[in-house]
Amino acid sequence: MNKVLMQGNKVIGEAAIRAGCRFYAGYPITPQNELPEYMAENLRKVAGGVFIQSESEIAAIHMVAGASAAGARSMTSSSSPGISLKQEGISSLAACELPAVIVNMMRGGPGLGNICPSQGDYFQATRGGGHGDYRTIVFGPATAQELADLTMDAFDLADEYRTPVMILADGMMGQMMEPVVFKAAKPRIYPESYVMKGAGTGKSKIIRGLILDPLDMEEHNWTLDRKYQVISGKETRHEQYKTEDAELILVAYGTGARIAKGAIKRLRETGLRIGLFRPITLWPFPTNELRDLAKKIENFLVFEMSTGQMVEDVRLALQGRARIGFHGRPGGVVPTPVELANVVLRKYDRKEGLTDYY
Amino acid sequence: MKKVFGRPQSMKNNIFHYCAGCGHSIAHRLIAEVIDELGIRGITIGVPPAGCAVLAYNYFDIDMIEAQHGRGPAMATGIKRVLPDRVVFSYQGDGDLAAIGIAESFHAANRGENITVVFMNNAVYGMTGGQMAPTSIMGQKTTTSPMGRNNVLDGYPIKVSEIFSLLPGTAYIERCAVNSPANILKTRKAIRKAFQYQIDGHGFSLVEILSPCPTNWKMTPIESCRWIDEVMCKPFPLGVIKDLPAEAGDEQKKGDKRHAG
Repeated sequence: MNKVLMQGNKVIGEAAIRAGCRFYAGYPITPQNELPEYMAENLRKVAGGVFIQSESEIAAIHMVAGASAAGARSMTSSSSPGISLKQEGISSLAACELPAVIVNMMRGGPGLGNICPSQGDYFQATRGGGHGDYRTIVFGPATAQELADLTMDAFDLADEYRTPVMILADGMMGQMMEPVVFKAAKPRIYPESYVMKGAGTGKSKIIRGLILDPLDMEEHNWTLDRKYQVISGKETRHEQYKTEDAELILVAYGTGARIAKGAIKRLRETGLRIGLFRPITLWPFPTNELRDLAKKIENFLVFEMSTGQMVEDVRLALQGRARIGFHGRPGGVVPTPVELANVVLRKYDRKEGLTDYY
Repeated sequence: MKKVFGRPQSMKNNIFHYCAGCGHSIAHRLIAEVIDELGIRGITIGVPPAGCAVLAYNYFDIDMIEAQHGRGPAMATGIKRVLPDRVVFSYQGDGDLAAIGIAESFHAANRGENITVVFMNNAVYGMTGGQMAPTSIMGQKTTTSPMGRNNVLDGYPIKVSEIFSLLPGTAYIERCAVNSPANILKTRKAIRKAFQYQIDGHGFSLVEILSPCPTNWKMTPIESCRWIDEVMCKPFPLGVIKDLPAEAGDEQKKGDKRHAG
């Protein structure tokens, strides 16, 4: 496969089609419109491929649920306010154990906010988002290449665990162009017995999340929880960048991590040994991997394009074993690597350590 | 001995949880009989709603997938587009279809999705205890319109079938009732026609069924059946509202005659 230069939103579309996605429903919202447009043009060319421009975000996610139950690899995408609307359906997908891939190209919020890149939906994505006891697997890609790879992996994980998987990126990731190589898709492994296609001559099937008996409902919750425990143990992904000799670790994901890498390059030129810990799965959060770093490093500075959401997971991971500072730029502001480098210089002193921390 | 009456194969041998005099159990049975008659049990997928009929899958012996409140037609759309050779229907109450799910229902109809919607109109929210529905009639007393439905405060009953009939995407719409043997037979015929049209690929069909809810209407079953005839049928007159395939068939016959002549 040759390297191609592609815009992030289209990369997801192409990766999804290559991964065998055969159903997409979505509603227009900036900054992710190129993805439904890509699907309208290209998914419909594929045998059995269905694209529907739905009347709402809510309809889109429930169409996806129906298509998923009927056996198609299914996807929807949106941006922050639209993802809020989809939460009813995401909760339902989790309850009914239906696989699906949901893309959130985050924008500034709360409310209508703006259309600029932001990371303000971390809580919503990683804590479940909708009602009830459930989790969704969440990927936080930082390059177009990762958009491609993780989109394909998202379909595999959704099938393996029969659960919705979210790609959490932002307007910048969706809009920028980068070179990408599409990997070969794995063959789909999804037992026919999960698919609802009519009872045939056999026993009829029910897919539901309504369980009126509290003890049965409790057991269903624990069953789901056991699955989430397995995912937590097996599916964490992260990247460490220049952490071997680091005296301070920046913790950032997605677009924030790109900015952090730029800042680290500049800071290393001044002699400060700064590294990066980049969660790739935001849920499950790479807790143990981050905690291991705290055995030899005392200073962690979390950078997010929000007022501070992932920083809570960092605190939970480190459990008071290190100093944790925070720098945030919410509301659609994308700071420069120079700004972040200056923040580190202001907050960190080699003798004193982090001077401004929790 | 020859068996003259039995449980449809598409029904499970379970006792209905519905109240005495409720129309759901009749409608369920009619649908099951039609599924048997058309021989489509193995290829039919049903989408029950939130509300009293949420447990429809305890009674139908066909594949069924629960929809969130009002989202049945969206879910049915997803299923039907992936499996176009299956028969897909949603079963929805008046709150489900005409209030919280009006957008999903309206747009599925407008896209001409080749699905069937069975619309149970009992002018009240049943399961939650008798609140005002979008189809509650003027002056109707409910727990949330205790002085009677008042257009200034509560708006008007929505005539779903008439409104949907204006959409080019809808093929067949009929309003029926299950309050008398004659009406029940007509309802059965309508359901059969709706499923047959779907099998023939005519597009969106909707069968509205005026259905008694004695518990929340605070009436006896017999009073409820009478109330449908005497009161409910005024804003919601029974009959075929739209039947494009039949009209096209008539045109075809006329054309054939002219050609023959």
